[in-house]
Amino acid sequence: MEYTVEMRHIVQRFGEKEVLRGIDLKIHEGEIFGLLGPSGAGKTTLIKILTGQLRQTAGEVQIFGKNAGNRKENLSKMGMMMDNFGLYERLSCYDNLKLFTRIYDVPEKRADEILRRVGLYEDRKLPVMKLSKGMRSRLSLARAVMNEPRILFLDEPASGLDPATAAEIHKLVQEEKSRGATIFLTTHNMEEAHKLCDHVALLHEGVIMEYGQPGEVCCRYNHQNKLLLRLLNGKMVEMSNNRTSAEKVKEYLEQEMVETIHSTEPSLETVFMELTGRGLE
Amino acid sequence: MKNSAAIFEKQIKDTLKNKEILIQFIMFPILALIMEKAIKIEGMPPHFFANMFSAMYVGMAPLVSIAAVIAEEKEKNTLRVLMMSGVKPWEYLLAMGSYIWSFCMAGALVLGMAGGYRGRELMIFLLIMAAGILASLLIGAAIGTASRNQMMATSVTVPVMLVFSFLPMLAEFNETISKVAGAVYSRQIGLLIGNIGDFSPKFENIFVIGVNMLAALVFFGWAYKKSGLA
Repeated sequence: MEYTVEMRHIVQRFGEKEVLRGIDLKIHEGEIFGLLGPSGAGKTTLIKILTGQLRQTAGEVQIFGKNAGNRKENLSKMGMMMDNFGLYERLSCYDNLKLFTRIYDVPEKRADEILRRVGLYEDRKLPVMKLSKGMRSRLSLARAVMNEPRILFLDEPASGLDPATAAEIHKLVQEEKSRGATIFLTTHNMEEAHKLCDHVALLHEGVIMEYGQPGEVCCRYNHQNKLLLRLLNGKMVEMSNNRTSAEKVKEYLEQEMVETIHSTEPSLETVFMELTGRGLE
Repeated sequence: MKNSAAIFEKQIKDTLKNKEILIQFIMFPILALIMEKAIKIEGMPPHFFANMFSAMYVGMAPLVSIAAVIAEEKEKNTLRVLMMSGVKPWEYLLAMGSYIWSFCMAGALVLGMAGGYRGRELMIFLLIMAAGILASLLIGAAIGTASRNQMMATSVTVPVMLVFSFLPMLAEFNETISKVAGAVYSRQIGLLIGNIGDFSPKFENIFVIGVNMLAALVFFGWAYKKSGLA
């Protein structure tokens, strides 16, 4: 199977309001796909449709080649980490996972294995109410991967986390990808998307504005197409990114004057702003 | 069934750490134990406190507990996570219902023992309590299902619980209230408990409890259709 998820012209209306307006997307098996957009763009609505929590107004969604509305068949292959963690506050980390070992019919020792993997084994007896936000994120992710899902939905997985904890979450997501899982994540963190995702889609007001590999999307909007050099004397030099600049760059390099050198392709955030006239926050 | 058993076990652990719910289960049985031992007034009917608290227990503990637990699970998103893990709504409701019913029946056993019921009388007492607890469970489950969060559930549960738990007691002291309370299951439970000595349930008792249960079932069905579980 080439695609894990296929969406054809998905429309979602809530009363008069059209939240999704004809979404067409294909997500390859084993890739990390990032859906980017500001709050209210329709990201969570799309996840709800994909996970069978919501029936789309129009269009067709297939997961593993089968209708997404067929929850019974798809649920056992899915893992999910929502922005609201859905953890039992009074229960310990271990008890939170133990419940799901029984639901997923996996050996109880898997709870300990996963707690070790997410770095919470030492805190396994702590009640969730005493965990930090980062620890809750890791526990929520641990539960999501308990059944070794074929597709993992992550809704803002590193939102509000410090860089070190976010990096831990990213490492775990990469490990899941290495296992062969397809990962569908929503985020408005452009750095996270650029670092993690094989493909991204920019969603704005229910429409996919742009799709592709993060670097490729940025290059498409590299209107300036320049090189920016910072020299050791503190001077900034801007020049065209073509053969006419080659000699000059070579000269700076030979004289060992270059401190940094960058091309001017925009960031995903800049692309988003160019397309929509607003930021992602 | 394995899912129901897992949720049942989880809920026991959770309740032991949840004082608000735990107190619902033990408050009236402990009060009955203390009052039955400590207060003796001449002319007071036998098992007075145990009987009165039993009717109040039926109208309060199951109703408040199940509404609070379901509403909390909805508010904290844990119910959605369960549903997304393949737990079916009936498995969840079976687990919650049987867990609260079991805890309340343990409380009912303490109430019965405190009232001095033994043998056949105790069995009848428990049977009556079981029916009343079931009716309250259905009402509480409907309120919990219809509510988006705990605050919303509490704002509905408190007045409903006050009506069902205090009507049987107030009916003892006022003729008019007694007539109105006759249409309420908790009053009928109170009347049945009061006549355990020569237990012969009347058509009215069974009819009122049956109609109340049916109405609660319809209410639950409506709430489930309107809001769903997650």
